[in-house]
Amino acid sequence: MLEYVWLIPLFPAIGFVINGFLGRRLGKKVVSWVGPSAIGLSFLTSILIFFELIERAPSERLFEKVIFDWVVSGTFQTVVGYQIDPLSILMALVVTGVSFFIHIYSVGYMHDDQGFARYFTYLNLFVFMMLNLILANNFLLMFVGWEGVGLCSYLLIGFWYEKDSASDDGKKVFVVNRVGDFGFLLGMFLLFTSLGKNGIWSLDFTEVFANANKLDPATVTAITILLFVGACGKSAQIPLYVWLPDAMEGPTPVSSLIHAATMVTAGVYMVARCNVLYTLAPVSMAIVAIVGVATAIYTASIGFCQNDIKKVLAYSTISQLGYMFLGVGVGAFSAGIFHLMTHAFFKGLLFLGAGSVMHALSGELDMRKMGALRKKIPVTFWTFFIATLAIAGVPGLSGFFSKDEILWQAFSSSHGHVLLWLVGAIAAGMTAFYMFRAVFLTFFGESRVDHHVAHHIHESPKIMTVPLMVLAILSVIGGYVGIPHVLGGANHMHEFLAPVMGGGAEPAKAHAGISLISQAWASSGEAGGPSAALEIALMVTSVIIALIGIGIAYLFYVKNPALPKALAERWKGLYKLIFNKYYIDELYEILFINSLKRLGTGLWRGFDEFIIDGTVNGIAYLIGWISSGLRKIQTGLVQNYAFSMVIGAVILAGYYVIRAIFY
Amino acid sequence: MTIPSVPPVLYLILSGMLFTIGVIGALTRRNAIVVFICIEMMLNAVNLTFITLSRFLQSMDGVLFAFFVMTVAAAEAAVGLAIFVMIYRSRETINVDEVNLLKW
Repeated sequence: MLEYVWLIPLFPAIGFVINGFLGRRLGKKVVSWVGPSAIGLSFLTSILIFFELIERAPSERLFEKVIFDWVVSGTFQTVVGYQIDPLSILMALVVTGVSFFIHIYSVGYMHDDQGFARYFTYLNLFVFMMLNLILANNFLLMFVGWEGVGLCSYLLIGFWYEKDSASDDGKKVFVVNRVGDFGFLLGMFLLFTSLGKNGIWSLDFTEVFANANKLDPATVTAITILLFVGACGKSAQIPLYVWLPDAMEGPTPVSSLIHAATMVTAGVYMVARCNVLYTLAPVSMAIVAIVGVATAIYTASIGFCQNDIKKVLAYSTISQLGYMFLGVGVGAFSAGIFHLMTHAFFKGLLFLGAGSVMHALSGELDMRKMGALRKKIPVTFWTFFIATLAIAGVPGLSGFFSKDEILWQAFSSSHGHVLLWLVGAIAAGMTAFYMFRAVFLTFFGESRVDHHVAHHIHESPKIMTVPLMVLAILSVIGGYVGIPHVLGGANHMHEFLAPVMGGGAEPAKAHAGISLISQAWASSGEAGGPSAALEIALMVTSVIIALIGIGIAYLFYVKNPALPKALAERWKGLYKLIFNKYYIDELYEILFINSLKRLGTGLWRGFDEFIIDGTVNGIAYLIGWISSGLRKIQTGLVQNYAFSMVIGAVILAGYYVIRAIFY
Repeated sequence: MTIPSVPPVLYLILSGMLFTIGVIGALTRRNAIVVFICIEMMLNAVNLTFITLSRFLQSMDGVLFAFFVMTVAAAEAAVGLAIFVMIYRSRETINVDEVNLLKW
């Protein structure tokens, strides 16, 4: 079965071709079968391959299938080839699985849309590109997927291109992503040339990672930082996070699939894939962790004041991505991937739930015009609520396990730091607050729905609610593959990924913070030693922080709805600052956009119009001017021409004659 | 009685004179047919040079060239006269200074 890995990306490609070229002629019915079933088939293939892979011994869980030679140039050779190992198959399962349910949901959600076939064409293309990204066995093919998903993201954000805001935001997303991609490219070039100096002209993962230790530390640091710039672009981290909130202009299932569950996690995946390189560069790891945790807390704070339900979820996504980077940054690569997986479930679900709310309210996005929807759309409410519990880190749900794994590693790993843990934990409380704020505003309290909308509030059809329920189940049980040892689990996730994450963090070395606290704990005599007791203590702490967040949200938005307004009045300046997203968009506009515009205008006016055009036009004018004088020579009288010929002949002959005489 | 042989330089001088007359005629006369005749004269001056030197150098190359020149001149005469006829039909003149449309 491993031989057939190429089937996984092939099915979406076929779906893309059928929907793209024949979709309009085949009609909605056929398209709505082709789109999801293409993904379903590759989901099935992934499952079969997964089960075959776990049959093998952990050390033999690597399989590469070369499809064809792609670039062959001298000693350099790169192929189109796919690689199956625990990391890539896990990603493939998550991507195809979540995509499958979102495709089904989309059939219901997009049912009345004019561009039905176009929508599924893009969506299938996206899945194809995403699978290329995660299954590639070399950097170059990965980059193809990397760019491909960016393209699909652009196409789908601008899906309703007749709306100005949609096409503008699509462009913004594309441009910001290009900045990151540029970093990725540079990193790849640097990696290629510096490995080439050691005689290894290759971009294949296995070869690169096997020879990574031949690179000197400074180079590895530069490479990994450049690659991380790429990850920042794709995964919306500071300073390139600004595009993700704008990506919400697309259809909601797109936000769910691309801008929450799959594409935006590509950066995390890439860092995890390059864990060998990152382990060699502690400085880069620290940068990754700090950027991650800063993004986590910073965007969580923006989430406080957003009124658009999708924007709240967008900032929440950025914040959760920050967590993943915190995880991989402290060397807990498998924890980062674990959170990636659980996040794909619950955040995909949250977006689909938001889509279902919009569906019920005729497209309303503003949470100030919602409320009391709990009874009217019960399925949406319960699934949304479960996802919220999961993201808030309530014990027993998937988000709790993955988030806590990251926080624990941030505290205990040799790359970690107490501050990283502290900020992460506070951000977790903030997450709980703004997510419950969204739930309370949307589903509880007084109804603030417009009257004419209120008449036809209705639960979504089965085709939309069933995916919600499936994802809700996954959000609950998704964490049980990675229950930490301290809670009596086996942490299958970590074990499974261990062969790929060979260079991951070593078990906690006693650094100052730990040894200090663990001594205090040692006396209490808990089972499992001081470290286990500490882990449980941290777990309890983060749960308490999350509960505090939930409690405050309850107080603000259910118990005493006047309170937030009063607070906003009280801290007017701060509220305005956060409400306007710290004016970062405006700042970027001044710093980068305007200066680039001015530079562009300068180049256009000064260089292009004046120098280039001036040179060309000047030469043309000069020639014209000379010619207008010289054309008088052409009299039209043959005898004049003949005369000049004679003169020429005489001069030539005269020259030779004179030369013959005098020399 | 033997005919005294003429030294080749005289032939060359004659040839040069013929050529010069041809050039002057070609440059100064208005009638296209006369211009044409002058060109023929220049060609024949060249032919004379060829034959003189061929004889002088005891080589057949020059004679060969003279034949080529005559062939070309004959072809040229046919084409040229045909063109004059056509020009005359359309413009009622074959004065070369009146056929000067091909200019700025």
